[in-house]
Amino acid sequence: MKALAGGYARARDVTHALDLLAQADGMGRVLAGGQSLIAAMNMRLSTGDMLVDISRIADLRGVAVEDGCLRIGALTRHADIGTDPLVATHAPLLVQAVHHIAHAAIRNRGTIGGSLAHADPAAEFPACVLALGGTIHLQGPEGVRQVAAEDFFVDVFETAIEEGEILTAITLPLLEAGERHVLIETARRSGDYALAGLCVVKRAAGHRVTAFSVGPRPVLAMAAMELLDAGDTAGAVDALRAEIDPPSDTQASAAYRRHLAGVLLTRALHDLTGETA
Amino acid sequence: MTISFGNPDRPNSYIGKTVPRPNAPRLVQGRGKYVDDIVLPRMAHVVFVRSPHAHAKIGAIDTAEAAAVKGVLRIFTGADIAEVCTPWVAVLAHLKGLKSPPQHALAVDRACWVGDPVVAVVATSRAAAEEAAALVEVDYDPLPAVTDMMSALDADTPVLHPDMGDNLAFRRLHEEGDVEAAFASAHKVVEARFKTARHTGVTLEPRSILVDWNPAEGQMTAWHATQAPHMMQTVFAKHLDLPEGRVRVICDDVGGSYGIKVHVYPDEVATAAIAKIMARPIKFVADRLESFTTDIHARDHEIGARIAVDETGKILAMDIDDWTAIGAYSVYPRTSAIEGNQVVNLCGGPYDFAHYRAQTSVVFQNKTPTCQYRAVGHPIAVAVTEGLVDMAAAELGMDPVEIRRRNMYADDAYPVTSPAKMRFEGLSHHASMDKLMALMDYEGLRAEQAELRKKGIHRGIGIASFIELTNPSPFMYGIGGARISAQDGCTVRMDPDGSIVALSGVTEQGQGTEAMLAQIVAEGVGVAPARVRVITGDTQVTPYGGGTWASRGAGIGGEAALQSALALKGSILEVAGAMLQAPADALDIRDGQVVDTATGEARMPLEELGRIVYFRGDTLPKGLPRELVQTRHFITSDYPFAFTNGVQASYLEVDTGTGEVKLLKHWCVEDCGRIINPQLVDEQIRGGIVQGLGGALFEEIHYDEDGQLLNGSMADYLVPMAAEMPDMVIGHVETPTMESTLGAKGAGEAGTAGAPAAVMNAINDALRPLGAQVTAMPFTPERILRAMGQIED
Amino acid sequence: MTEAFRDRIDIALTVNGEAVEGRVPAGRHLIDFLRLDLGLTGSHASCEHGVCGACTIHVDGQAVRGCLMLAAQADGAEVWTLEGLTETGVIRDLQDAFVERNALQCGYCTPGMLASIKELLDMGGVPDRATIREHLSGNYCRCTGYEAIIDAVESVAKVRAGEAAA
Repeated sequence: MKALAGGYARARDVTHALDLLAQADGMGRVLAGGQSLIAAMNMRLSTGDMLVDISRIADLRGVAVEDGCLRIGALTRHADIGTDPLVATHAPLLVQAVHHIAHAAIRNRGTIGGSLAHADPAAEFPACVLALGGTIHLQGPEGVRQVAAEDFFVDVFETAIEEGEILTAITLPLLEAGERHVLIETARRSGDYALAGLCVVKRAAGHRVTAFSVGPRPVLAMAAMELLDAGDTAGAVDALRAEIDPPSDTQASAAYRRHLAGVLLTRALHDLTGETA
Repeated sequence: MTISFGNPDRPNSYIGKTVPRPNAPRLVQGRGKYVDDIVLPRMAHVVFVRSPHAHAKIGAIDTAEAAAVKGVLRIFTGADIAEVCTPWVAVLAHLKGLKSPPQHALAVDRACWVGDPVVAVVATSRAAAEEAAALVEVDYDPLPAVTDMMSALDADTPVLHPDMGDNLAFRRLHEEGDVEAAFASAHKVVEARFKTARHTGVTLEPRSILVDWNPAEGQMTAWHATQAPHMMQTVFAKHLDLPEGRVRVICDDVGGSYGIKVHVYPDEVATAAIAKIMARPIKFVADRLESFTTDIHARDHEIGARIAVDETGKILAMDIDDWTAIGAYSVYPRTSAIEGNQVVNLCGGPYDFAHYRAQTSVVFQNKTPTCQYRAVGHPIAVAVTEGLVDMAAAELGMDPVEIRRRNMYADDAYPVTSPAKMRFEGLSHHASMDKLMALMDYEGLRAEQAELRKKGIHRGIGIASFIELTNPSPFMYGIGGARISAQDGCTVRMDPDGSIVALSGVTEQGQGTEAMLAQIVAEGVGVAPARVRVITGDTQVTPYGGGTWASRGAGIGGEAALQSALALKGSILEVAGAMLQAPADALDIRDGQVVDTATGEARMPLEELGRIVYFRGDTLPKGLPRELVQTRHFITSDYPFAFTNGVQASYLEVDTGTGEVKLLKHWCVEDCGRIINPQLVDEQIRGGIVQGLGGALFEEIHYDEDGQLLNGSMADYLVPMAAEMPDMVIGHVETPTMESTLGAKGAGEAGTAGAPAAVMNAINDALRPLGAQVTAMPFTPERILRAMGQIED
Repeated sequence: MTEAFRDRIDIALTVNGEAVEGRVPAGRHLIDFLRLDLGLTGSHASCEHGVCGACTIHVDGQAVRGCLMLAAQADGAEVWTLEGLTETGVIRDLQDAFVERNALQCGYCTPGMLASIKELLDMGGVPDRATIREHLSGNYCRCTGYEAIIDAVESVAKVRAGEAAA
């Protein structure tokens, strides 16, 4: 189908972008990589949008270590995250995620900021950022603010971003000694949305486990995490199954997804400890 | 003139060689010409407002707001189009009892499926037409929808078309021998229920048509992505009240079809009607989302089946109860009953047994209409047959290859007539199986499977033997009253420079028709294929033919091409004989030269002969026939179909934790008679196999109980992609048909016929030690885990 | 709408080495711009939701889904379609391999397939078959069943690597 956009404007910088959004009278949509937004527009799931193209704003791009954190600009493309040496060092979970995201041509354009703001329940990056305990940086007419990942993902396609705000960057903790990351998912075909997926981060302080494609937003599996910290793997698998409420759709039923999440946790733990099945 | 096909060193030996396709270079350079690439002056675009309800009365239609959108030219309702376009009824006389109501180009009074076109909006751009279409208001009064197959004939299920009396579109029962007695006396009876899912073709080029009506000439021209231009010529002429000779249908490049584009679609006919009304070019290209609800669907079957065997594994009887859910209308003109009819014809195909009963019940649904799609009915029949045979083998503790060897018709038994009354001229089930065993190293794989099982790795090997129907005679459609041509023709001429032009009634959608015809004509005349220009897909230019379907291009179109080429050679040599003062039969044409047959000495290049014939006719004897052009038409006459045979194998691994299936490798040994271009045949088989693998593991259209199509996008309807598909080893046996000089049978659909059965049997081979079995396709990870009892609801 | 938002946007870009200009509707995707405004019908759109890969072209040196990029976003960009790649001869060996191996049938997926493959081959080396399949996992082909395509890519990669080594 042919997209019906209300209008288009190219933002020079963040201030200009915020100004444009303000002018759009509630019809403003931030256009970054466009891999989700333009698809939605082409399917006429969204019409009449006033597009604020932020894709040229250089400030929003790039990866750096700053103030004891790994800072990733919102416009950093998936492909670049997959090859960035700082990401490889401090957030290998994201590198693992990139391999599962769609296909090369999509990864060349899609951005991490776009992925987080879009908050597709089946997306990898939201679950990764939640597992890593990251912070999302927003800028709006009122100024800048930070939202912890735990508080950022609200519902299907819904985040803590207020109207008129733009996601500018994420910050993640630097890698600790001995920290291990595993992302595991099952998808019908390479690059498809996962039927279920898990991120497991093991730090000295304990495990962090998030599940994606198992509900309206990524789930921080607290009960499973606690049991893992206590060394009860079998219990953790049961707990994980109990604390997710996956959907049923044409791809799989809730029961299958629930079962699958448990199988994946067992396999992730083997990967984590370097054991083979 | 005969061709010694068995001698690869014979002169001009192009038949049997791999020759690159003449049309491939333009496609790899981005210079293809698909319908959507064509732009004509004053061309406008049509977009259809489609019913969002599975079943509804159509009330008032308000187009005022839509008409005000910038770029909109006209808006048409069903009543408007009905004034210039008559409805059609898709029945065939030889499918006794088949019934279907008249179908209009745009629905009038009643919409019968989600996607049924109701209003047409014409604008200067597709985008403007879509914008306006969204503003058209149709007052729908929803009606009860019939959406369940097995209850479609229950007393309390609403009747979709009250005038038809009930929801049974067609039923056919075939009985041979005494099935009940055979089952009663059997050593073992195995019974199972199978399910194949509703599929859609997902041609990468969507359905596309551009129609122009020139009232000054009284001529309609349609550039149409279709497999059957002559059939469409007939359809447009008939329903728009035009003389056939004033309708020209042209097919340039077609981006994939597999049967999807051989049917008559209401929106495409509406486009032609609109062109006639507006007297300017009108283009319709279905977008992807509407393709899911409007391209024909296929293969929605539930089958209860049983097989009876004796203690040696000999098949005594098969009993098949097939049900299939079609759509709201039988599709014109080939009908939606053929697929079920094929299931009845084809179950048990490779096997020599006496007692057979099969029934198909074809029921209407308020869903997208269904019709012939690659390997029509075969994937279902082969899955049921091969599934039962494997299950019987397991019951008897017999190897699946062994049970097949005990039951397949002997290679020297032919001609035979099957218990389904299908006549086979000559098949090679045993030779094909021998070849497969060697190619796949069956014993080696069994040993590997056993080793890995000890380590908890579950691999499966699945075999599927099959027959495949090709080269149809009028017995398929013509005898039923359809103007679908089972004959085909080719005109071959030599131009002054010695180059050859071949005009053929069969068509190309990527399978290699042009190459195949170029090779045949090249060998028939005696020139290099590069000197042959093939023209297909233009009703104004080519002989009247049937187009491409049921894998008839090589067997029927190729034969017409060969005969006309040989006839042209004869004409050329008659002139050459006069010019060279030699008897025509002492001369031959090789590599574009007239030569002495005996010595091979070159006597005259063809371009010299051409110069004389066309420009110096004064030097030729008066009364010498000098038409360097010959036409031949061919039709099969001894057998209603040229059956081919093959056998496939799948080797896969089941992840018993997640239920995922990894396809490790696939094999197919195929006997399609004379092979014209080995590479093209192998690639057709590979493409067909992958389409079958899609059906086995991935593809399934989901409807809810209200008739809403739930997974109509590329993200939700899963087609096979590169990462999940295996490499495929292809081998051949060649049993030519005696019906033609060429001896070619068809090959385009065999891959799809056998692949799902091979995969099913492989999965069940892997799961059998675990006590699990799957028979409902696609075999998703969930279905596999459920069969294993792993899922708690 | 305010003045800041336009519903028709002026763009100036390079397509196949040629400077072009256009005035495009805000919602028009890059493939439609190439096909409708420039007559470059060698680029195809099929699903328009970024899944099938038929629309893959090169923008600023990368393979992208042309249907998921607005023409408006291509202002100042360098775009290469199959027609341009053919003219410069940069994938001539790949195109020849495709014809020889019959790695195309109907040809509709071919422009997108070649654009995706070019990016893989430009990385150098000889990817194994699994890697080739994975890289092309976003390019739908219904005709070939993929094996011939994988064969063609593998053969070209080997020849190029051999020449690089020589």
